[in-house]
Amino acid sequence: MSRKVIGGPTGTGRDPNAKLLRVVDIKTHFRTEKGTVRAVDGVSFTLDRGRTLGVVGESGSGKTILSRSIMGLLPKRNVVRQGHVYYEGTDIIGLPDEEMRHVWGSEMAMVFQDPMTSLNPVKKIGKQITESLFLHLHMDKQDAHDTALALLSSVGIPEPEQRLNEYPHQLSGGMRQRVVIAIALACGPKLLFADEPTTALDVTVQAQILNLLQQLQRERHMAMILVTHDLGVVAGRTDEIAVMYAGKVVEHAPTPVLFSNMKMPYTEALLSSIPKLDYPSHTRLEVIPGRPPDLINPPRGCRFAPRCKYAQERCLNEEPPLIAAETPGHMFRCWFPVGSPEGEEALSRNLAAGASASGVPVTDVPMPASLAGRS
Amino acid sequence: MPEPSHRGAPVDAPGISSRPEIDAPAGGAREMLELTQLADREVEELQALHTLDPDQVPADAVKKRLGPLFWFAAGWFLLIVVLALAAPLMERAGFLPDPTKAVKCANPPCSKLGILKQGYLLGTDNLSRDIFSRIVWGARVSLLVGFSSIFFGLVLGGAIGVIAGFFKGKLETVLMALTDMFLAFPAILLALAIITFASTSNPGEEPRLSRQVAVILALTIVSVPPIARLVRASTLVFAQREFVLAARTLGASNLRIMVKEIVPNVLPPIFAFGIIGVAIAITAEGALAFLGLSLQPPNPTWGGMINDGQKFYLDAPHMVLVPCAVLFLTVLSLNLAGDRLREYFDIKESVL
Amino acid sequence: MRFVWRKFAQLIVVVLAVTFLSYLMLSLLPGDLAQVKCGISCDQQSLERTREELGLNQPIPLRYVKWLGKAVTGDLGKSGTNQQPITEALQQRLPTTIKLLVFSQLIALAIAVPAAVIAAQRAGGIFDRISTTLAFAGLSAPAYVVAPVLVYLFAVRLKWFPATGTEGLKSFVLPSVTLALAEMAAYLRLLRSDLISTLQEDYITMAKAKGLSPREVMIKHAFRPSTFSLVTVMGLNAGRLLGGTLIIEVIFALNGIGSYIVQGIFSRDYFAVQAGVVVVAVGYVLINFAVDMLYAALDPRIRHARAIA
Repeated sequence: MSRKVIGGPTGTGRDPNAKLLRVVDIKTHFRTEKGTVRAVDGVSFTLDRGRTLGVVGESGSGKTILSRSIMGLLPKRNVVRQGHVYYEGTDIIGLPDEEMRHVWGSEMAMVFQDPMTSLNPVKKIGKQITESLFLHLHMDKQDAHDTALALLSSVGIPEPEQRLNEYPHQLSGGMRQRVVIAIALACGPKLLFADEPTTALDVTVQAQILNLLQQLQRERHMAMILVTHDLGVVAGRTDEIAVMYAGKVVEHAPTPVLFSNMKMPYTEALLSSIPKLDYPSHTRLEVIPGRPPDLINPPRGCRFAPRCKYAQERCLNEEPPLIAAETPGHMFRCWFPVGSPEGEEALSRNLAAGASASGVPVTDVPMPASLAGRS
Repeated sequence: MPEPSHRGAPVDAPGISSRPEIDAPAGGAREMLELTQLADREVEELQALHTLDPDQVPADAVKKRLGPLFWFAAGWFLLIVVLALAAPLMERAGFLPDPTKAVKCANPPCSKLGILKQGYLLGTDNLSRDIFSRIVWGARVSLLVGFSSIFFGLVLGGAIGVIAGFFKGKLETVLMALTDMFLAFPAILLALAIITFASTSNPGEEPRLSRQVAVILALTIVSVPPIARLVRASTLVFAQREFVLAARTLGASNLRIMVKEIVPNVLPPIFAFGIIGVAIAITAEGALAFLGLSLQPPNPTWGGMINDGQKFYLDAPHMVLVPCAVLFLTVLSLNLAGDRLREYFDIKESVL
Repeated sequence: MRFVWRKFAQLIVVVLAVTFLSYLMLSLLPGDLAQVKCGISCDQQSLERTREELGLNQPIPLRYVKWLGKAVTGDLGKSGTNQQPITEALQQRLPTTIKLLVFSQLIALAIAVPAAVIAAQRAGGIFDRISTTLAFAGLSAPAYVVAPVLVYLFAVRLKWFPATGTEGLKSFVLPSVTLALAEMAAYLRLLRSDLISTLQEDYITMAKAKGLSPREVMIKHAFRPSTFSLVTVMGLNAGRLLGGTLIIEVIFALNGIGSYIVQGIFSRDYFAVQAGVVVVAVGYVLINFAVDMLYAALDPRIRHARAIA
């Protein structure tokens, strides 16, 4: 198998000193019979080796499409992919699948959302792991078997020898996700995409899987993009967070900065929709009103304005650019940022009017706890 | 009988996620297919959101088209129907020679294309009979048998299906076991047995039924089990819907619910399948006629013409090829139309 | 092993039910075998005598039990019309039917499977469109339309194959191809649509993300999970074809089970019809049994569900 341009670890054309991943203004549009869906609409970021980026957003925000688009896993037909993805300095966006195949599995790997559907039901687990070992590392049977065994132990699966000969349906969801992780890590990728890796799992298993991912990432000095809808998941596990809304990054900041000094009303809304342990029981969780916008005809102006309690006339007409905040590396898209004088003023104006400029009711009076439980 | 896919084989293997539809849509739903193909859940969600906001979608973008193939098929079928209906008129007007009598033809079978007047359009057969005329009159048999047997099959099978799907329990088990038994037996043998026993008699006695009626009866009986299964499946879906519950809480009787609530909902998709059913019935009539069990000679039937023509391959291939082509095109057009309509209805249903 | 036994018991129950019901139905149908045998100028007395000879005056259940007792020893009685032992007649005819069945299925699969794989690989592409349209046409062409055209082209014009007869493999080509055409169309459509839906599964994206080529993804990951409904339909078809190749047998002058049953129906030879029905029913059940086994081989989930049950 010839390894061209960006072949294996020793491949030419790549600069090991360059940033591991640099995404520049990537756009992913789907042509459908109803119009063009702008699922990802101009996203940029940089990721260093061994670092973790959290991508957070509601379902429909484009976060899953973003990760698949970067990796190049989307179908070609009716999909328009623009922008640049520099992997170790080489732009991989236009590369044909034949060349990307040398990168997939060996350099970049992905852990999918639902372990119930991401393992082949009719193939033994051992085969599913060794497949990429044969393909990329050209191992012989014995080596592949030993490596698979080691991988299964490293992801914390008991009795790995026996598991190799079992089928996915014989394992629990958590165990299956561990298998999926083992498959992803088989060839020692430098970049791991984890696409909502715990959404489909029991709450008790979620933390185990996340901790496992974090531990493996540290051990292997691997970069990771952790995609999730849950700010709580990324809070302690990422270096940076990009909040996505309607195909765009609306706030991007180092993790501690985002939580201490968020600027974007959407981030604030996301955060207040997570239950916290120190809340009194029956505290009413804030729900973001409305639905994510239609990506075929996105709203004019700020895409979050129709659901935002800060929204002013300006937000409905003018789309805010990505603005740099005072902290380096912190950017956001908002005319009336949270915590700023403009933002405070906008909020109090809407409070006085009882509604935002887009008609979202804005009240300050929290619902009595007794009522909230019933609503 | 070679139309395996039509009989709606059940594909429920235990433990496998059963796929709702086993026949892939032939073409029209391809767009939908592509959509899901490029989609993760996420794009699907977007689509769903989009359909929820009809204001934002230009009306013409959502409207589903039946496509040119549908209209082509419908056109051919209409032509056959019009010719079949107009046959007596055309004969009286002198355009169509008697299909059972010889026309002028020096050396039969004649394969020359002649003018429409006095026949010969498609040549003549070995007995100097005008093939065009025989095709037109044969169409009357095919259409009559096809439509009436499916009509009665729909009434009977529909009733069984609705009752089985509505009442469930033991009644359903028994009814479905019966249909299973029928389905296990080759349909053509069953039809053949029915015709033999219904239309012939002991020596010296009058036939019980005319051939035509016997054929319709046989095909009706054969069509009941698959129709019953199909109707039962859709009834099961609708019987759990809110409007049925609502009617029941209003005190409607079972009969009233079945007639007023279930049947109108089950009908449109079944109608589309009914068209395909007519295609199958026409095929089956052709098979029976081919075996000499439909209308008796010298009356023309398409199947009979194919059988006759087989003896004259060398001299007059048109004798067999013409009825083959006509039957094929007619069945194809019905299948196409039915398939398109089925997709059309499915889409409408999903909007509901 | 328990599963096999349970299936076997099921097999016996089904065969008993089918044979008894068909016995009952044939006995109750109008048309009198004794009358046929005795002829038109038969008086009441000789009619009664004929009835007695044929055992028709005994109650139906008793007749059935007697018949069954003989049938399990391989004696299906003698034809009511020409006194030929039915078992012998069936032995002559069964190979023809089975050959027809096996050849047609093999031809259908040999073309449908690769075509479906290529079509599904590029769903919506040129090949897909052409093949699905052709398949649709194939489904609309009954055997008695296909056969004359094939015979005209390949037997009459090109003289490649004989038009009738059972000598050698060559004479089975045209009948098998005729039969295979519709099957092929059905299998192509079925496998194609199942492959397309399998290709949308997460584990296919996962396989792609491992760096496997589209070919490897198709062969190693997508194909096997897509064959379940194909196997089901093949089983059903094969079962039905056991007795349902009548038209083909008539056109190509082949003596199979189908035409045997039909002759029985025409001559009111209940014993022959009954025997034919038994062969068809047993064959049907056996094929379904084989299909169940095949499922287990294809899908480990079923294998384990059974091991537990």
